[in-house]
Amino acid sequence: MIEGIFVEGLIFAIMALGILISYRILDLADLTCDGSVATGAAVATMCIVNGLGITIGLVMAFLSGVLCGLVTAVIHNKLRIPALLAGILTMTMLYSVNLRILGNKANVSLVRVDTLYRLFPKWFSFIPSDWAALLGTLIFVVVVTVLMDLFFRSDIGMAIGALGGNEQVIISQGMNPSVLKMIGLGLSNGLIALSGGLLAQYQGFADANLGQGMVVQGLAAVMIGEFLFSSNKISLITLRCILGGIIYKGLMFLGRKYGYLIGITPNDFKLLTGILVIISLTVAKTRALASDKGARKKAIERTMAHMKEDNNA
Amino acid sequence: MLDIKHVTKVFFPGTVNEKVALEDINLHVNEGDVVCVIGSNGSGKSTLFNMIAGTFPVTNGTISINGKDITSAPEYKRAFYIGRIFQDPTKGTSANMSIEDNMNLAYTKGMKGIRFSLTNERRNEFRRLLEPIGLEDRMQDNVGLLSGGQRQALTLLMATLSHPSLMLLDEHTAALDPRNAEVVMELTKHYIEKEKLTAMMVTHNMQFAIDYGNRLIMMDEGHIILDISGEEKSKLTVPALVDKFREIRKKDYTSDEGLLTE
Repeated sequence: MIEGIFVEGLIFAIMALGILISYRILDLADLTCDGSVATGAAVATMCIVNGLGITIGLVMAFLSGVLCGLVTAVIHNKLRIPALLAGILTMTMLYSVNLRILGNKANVSLVRVDTLYRLFPKWFSFIPSDWAALLGTLIFVVVVTVLMDLFFRSDIGMAIGALGGNEQVIISQGMNPSVLKMIGLGLSNGLIALSGGLLAQYQGFADANLGQGMVVQGLAAVMIGEFLFSSNKISLITLRCILGGIIYKGLMFLGRKYGYLIGITPNDFKLLTGILVIISLTVAKTRALASDKGARKKAIERTMAHMKEDNNA
Repeated sequence: MLDIKHVTKVFFPGTVNEKVALEDINLHVNEGDVVCVIGSNGSGKSTLFNMIAGTFPVTNGTISINGKDITSAPEYKRAFYIGRIFQDPTKGTSANMSIEDNMNLAYTKGMKGIRFSLTNERRNEFRRLLEPIGLEDRMQDNVGLLSGGQRQALTLLMATLSHPSLMLLDEHTAALDPRNAEVVMELTKHYIEKEKLTAMMVTHNMQFAIDYGNRLIMMDEGHIILDISGEEKSKLTVPALVDKFREIRKKDYTSDEGLLTE
């Protein structure tokens, strides 16, 4: 049971990493996610069902996500449409595209084909199948995270990080901010779609409605992660984001299992997730304010102390 | 070096808010020139800088640098030749990155690749370069933790790293307290001298504009009304400058005098 939460949480965490890139690193509210996660699931499923294999399926899922991100970035950069609206447009258009990819069906199941979650128990036959699924997912997530950490430690990754904080710096250093945004949004949605590709294999089907409300859930994971500890090191930021994803899924599990005790049903989860994000944002703001106030108080105390010393002297 | 020919800038053309910010500006800056630009608010100094740096396109005219026409080049392409420092100290550096990462970003201009170029060798070089501004022991600290003066000093250092053909200093000490402003100005002089930079500097301090640099430009209502250099400039005094302005513009300067300090 507990393994299941971790597997779900880890798959979900890859998506949260994508949201982390757009929302925190690039500082762009990108809603493409709701569409691209389903695109990833659809592309991976169709590749696997049509016998192209899991590897190609996942690679294609990633690339399809990159493409989704690029569409949003182009709408935003070239047509000068605000990022929020650009994301909503892509997300809405993707709904139709996803139905097309799935062959005009609302969902396609992965029956009688090899998926990662049928192979993991075979590869790791020395442990129970549920734990094998967890081990396999964990290895996958570690590889993805290490690659992402390395990318954001590289020169271009640094530039993307700087862009989120201050676009003028990037322009002053002779870089085209549009290109960096394209790379960032592409990578972000690539990861989101990759997560969708894994999710489809885990639950055994791809669904055109898979992505509904995913952005907010991903944000919740990012926010929970930020409560755990503060850091400016990319490796720790990605780590806390993954932990946030697992904790979020854990909370949802508790809600499903024990929610009835206080009258909560799964129907309420979207409302609760939204409230969770709002609370997180508010608390984060209050925290920043409080530390500002604390600093001011300290500064006043210091001045008072200096004045006292001067008086004594 | 820098050639500005017949540059005109009209904001909101064809509307009731139409404003001619620059009118038929012609300016040639030689290599090694240090030009102080003065003028009251709204005289077009900032617009002129924005035109040179490419923040907004010109309405008419051409701008070329080192003989290369850059009139229609986007801002990020011009950044290869131009180092610009803003009044706002937060504009030149990325607050959520460390000093060394900021320096590394500025070390080479243009698009970056998937490389890890921050080597120990480069770190040592940065440490040496950071010594004059006293930040050599804080290379791992986030830039957001620095004071405005320190950030502006770092911006200055970062701008000189890539040896720009032209430095644009847009009242870069105006947002700092007097002591920090002085420190940053001393550093500015140091770097301009050391790297033999060509620079244009907007200042509100007439006395400073007279004392520093080899050329002085005064702007008013979108025109360059005064361009003094060499021998003539060294003999200039503030009252003489104010008299000159009155003579040229046939209007009383007192209303603007508050904006320019001696």
